[in-house]
This record gives sequence, C-alpha cells and structure tokens, in this order.
Amino acid sequence: MLLKKGAEANLYLDEWHGLKVIMKRRLPKAYRLSTLDDAIRIHRTVHEPQIIHRAKEAGVPTPTIYLVDIDDANIIMEFIEGKQVKQILNDISQVERTDLCHRIGILIGRLHNHGIVHGDLTTSNMILTSYGRVFLVDFGLSEQSNEVEARGVDLHLMKRALQSTHYRYAKECLEVVMASYSEVVGKEAAEDVLKKIQEIERRGRYVSER
Amino acid sequence: MRALTTRSKADSYCLGIESTADDFSVGILSFQGEILANETSMFMPKTGGIHPREAARHHAEVAGKTLGEALRKAGIQPHEIRMIAFSQGPGLGPCLRTGATAARALASYLHVPLVGVNHCVAHIEIGKLVTGAKDPLTLYVSGGNTIIAAFEAKRYRIFGETLDIAVGNCLDVFAREAGLRQKVGEPLGALVEKLSAKGQNLISLPYSVKGMDLSFSGLLTAAMNLLRNGNYRLEDVCYSLQEVTFSMLTEVTERALAHTKKPELLLTGGVGANRRLQSMLETIAKEHNARFCAVPKQFALDNGAMIAWTGVLAFQRGLSTPIEKSFVKLKWRLDEVYAPWVGG
Repeated sequence: MLLKKGAEANLYLDEWHGLKVIMKRRLPKAYRLSTLDDAIRIHRTVHEPQIIHRAKEAGVPTPTIYLVDIDDANIIMEFIEGKQVKQILNDISQVERTDLCHRIGILIGRLHNHGIVHGDLTTSNMILTSYGRVFLVDFGLSEQSNEVEARGVDLHLMKRALQSTHYRYAKECLEVVMASYSEVVGKEAAEDVLKKIQEIERRGRYVSER
Repeated sequence: MRALTTRSKADSYCLGIESTADDFSVGILSFQGEILANETSMFMPKTGGIHPREAARHHAEVAGKTLGEALRKAGIQPHEIRMIAFSQGPGLGPCLRTGATAARALASYLHVPLVGVNHCVAHIEIGKLVTGAKDPLTLYVSGGNTIIAAFEAKRYRIFGETLDIAVGNCLDVFAREAGLRQKVGEPLGALVEKLSAKGQNLISLPYSVKGMDLSFSGLLTAAMNLLRNGNYRLEDVCYSLQEVTFSMLTEVTERALAHTKKPELLLTGGVGANRRLQSMLETIAKEHNARFCAVPKQFALDNGAMIAWTGVLAFQRGLSTPIEKSFVKLKWRLDEVYAPWVGG
C-alpha cells in the first residue's frame, strides 16, 4: 500500500516475512537525466541506512533496517507505529507540546553531537509512538558533518517547518527545542548554531545584500 | 490568459511602478484587472552585472518617457488614475528609491492614495491573474530570487529558498565568466540554454539540496573550475550546469508540492522562461495532479502591471501607504506581508 508519495521516494506499507515494514523505493525521476538520476538514487539508498545506524549509536530512535537493495534503490525497514508530529503538534495541550519539543531538541542535539545532520527536519519526519517515544525517520538527505554551517542549515529548516506548518506555536516550540538542544550540545555550541541560523536568514535575500 | 485589453468605461485605474533591479516599468490596470499598459525600459550594463547606482540613474532618465508611453498606450489621462502603487522592496536600494520618488511625486500631484507593494508578492499575484491559478504553489526563479512559496493563513509562506545566491545569479555569473555576450534584450540565461542544447556529456557537479532549500554557490564555483580546467567543451559544462540546477529546483518543488498538496504549480521569474525547466516542472505537476501554470514572459519578468495589480488588491482591502511611511524596504521578506485579499 502506498503510504506517501514523496519528492524523493515512495513509501509503501508492506508485509515482509511476517513483519510490518516500510519499503522505501527511490523510483526513477523522469525529469532528471538517467545518469544523474541513477547516481543520486544509488547514493541515497546506500547512504541512508548507514546514517540511520549511526543515529542509533547516538541514542536517537530510528527504524531498524532489514534489507538494502541497490539495484532497485529500495530499502526495507521497520514500520514505526505512531503519529507524525506534524499531525498532532497543533492540537495537543501546551504542556504536551512543550514536552514533545523538549524531546525533539534532545534528539537533534544527540545527532549533531554525533556528527550527523538530518537534512530534512520537518515535523512530518518525527513520529511519536503509542508508548511515548519519538522516532526520527527519513534520513534520505542526511549527511555526516561537524560543521556549524551544516547544523545551522539543519535547524534553520526545522525553524522554517515550524513557521510554515505550525505558525501559531512556532516561537514557543522553537524556544523549547533550542533550550533542550543547548542542554545536549552545550551552551557555547548552541549559541554558535543560533548565530549561524541568523546569518543564514540574512543570506540569500537579494543580490545587493551580499 | 488575459492579454492587454482596451479600456471599459467608468472604471477606476491604478498605475504601478516597478524599479527593484535593472528594469524600470510602468503598468496601468483597471480595478477589474484589465491590463491596459505594461511598459518596460531595461538597463543594460556595458560590462559585468547590475551596478545599483548606474541602474538607478537609468531609471531616473527613462522614468518620464516610460510613464508617458504607458499612459498613451492605456489611452487614459493622468487625472483618471485613482491610485499609485510602487515596489517598496525587496531590491537594490538606489533603484527602489528612484521608483518610490516618482510614485510619491505622482500621488501627491494627483492627490490619490499611494500603496507600497512587495515585489515577490506581486510576481505571484500577477501570475494568478494571467493564468487563472487560484491557490498555487509558486516557484519564483530570477536573478535575485529563488523562492518556493504558497499561501497559508493570510500570508504567503516560504517553503523553500536559496541559502546563498539566486539560481539566475548563478547562471548569469557563469555565463559572464564563460565570456558569453548578450544582445540587447537577450538574457544571459537564454545563451546558456542555447549552448546546453548542444551539450551531450553530463559532467559531475555538486547537487546541493537541503530539505526544501537549495545552495548554488558551490555549484557555481565547481562549474567555473571546469571552465578554467579547459578539458571540457563549454556546451557540456552549460548542459551539466543547467541539468543539475534545474533538477535541484524540480526536486525541492516536488517536495513542497507533496507537502502542501496545492492544486496548481505556478512558475514565474526570468529563469522560468527556460524550456528545459518548464518541461521538468510540468512532469512533476502532472504526477501530483497539479495544474502547471507558466507565467508568460511579459508578466514573469519584472513588470509594472504586477505592482499595479497587487496595489489594487491591497487598496480594495483598505490598505494604503502614507507618504511618511513609504520608505523602501531592501530586505522585505515575502512572508512578512499581510495579504488579507487572498482567499476571499
């Protein structure tokens, strides 16, 4: 069953040896030249499970990988039962929202501490399970980097996702996320990243501004 | 699509002035959205890119003539104008100030209200008017902007944008480095498009997509290094640069389309004239059941009509800009604009 038709891959909910699994298939994109398309799809199919594994080392809940199939650019992984943070963030109480954002901030902090940037930190890629654990999914655009720049871009995306989809609570959510993030990575590192986010926001505006 | 139309009687008219960058343009529209005139004078630098002060000098020189020509084409008298709109930002300071000065002078002289308009919002609004799109996801790609935006709760929200330089800037700088010479009225991007058509070999270049955001500066450096390296045909470098930049744009646009589930995809801005980019976007629009709307060039490039039309929309919702608050805003973001006229 097709769960999500994304820009990058299609997610199917399937059964595989009695397990409920997600099949992540990076289908060829007709708009891209096939040589470019193949290179991108294979690279991402190999890369994603590697990073997912490293995220576990950092203490960030991520799906278990069952199979990596390069020929079809297909990854079979654990299906995380739960709700997307995107679907619930606007509707839960403030206490719950604060708690959820607090935990999200910790997870992002752990990733960054471990040299991983997620690359697509939107609230659709965070899943709250029925037993109350937050999983990060979709590491398709993630990379290994310790650069402040990459971390800034990562959190800038999170900020933008909050502002566009959860504009009512964007400010409070972001403050909580940054506070717990700071607890994990340390005050100094967090401040560097905050400064970088501001710098990124000033960039890319208009030719004359640079 | 609505083309330039003749005036209907007993109508109100708005005159809009656009001057954010290298174009000085005057548009005249009726309050019903009939476009009566859209006159543009483009500044052509002798060498290099746009120097803001030189462009502003050009604008000051051509302002009177362009205004006169627009009024003549529209077939109306100055006293028939009910309001003046102008691009208040974002843009190049000296250029914006020249347009704003002309707008203030006209509004005072004619005793009509002045409305400051956001340039990026105007691109979307005129695109909606001429293509009939109602609630599009917009990809706005030009020399100064690379923005993916859609309307949510009284504001246009930015879903993706460049983290460094605009895609048009990337292509222009590359074209200049490659020594490409443009003819009058021919954009540098069009030269890159022509050469790309003769390219065959895809050379590996950095593909830099971060969620729904993009980065072009590393790609530009890499492409210029290929040029200096000398081992590659210019056609192949153009081809590769174009394929990679447009694939990146299409990927983030598709991501935003999947995220927002908007029913239409609107393409505007100068880079939107590129056929290859259009065909890529058309493919993904089809896949996501969105109607693809490419804004015709006349209204996709910077133009006065878009400013006039957005001015009308704001004015009809009771918004206007007192002269003392009509200072230009160089960094005025699209998502800072209150847009009560959208969505009824």
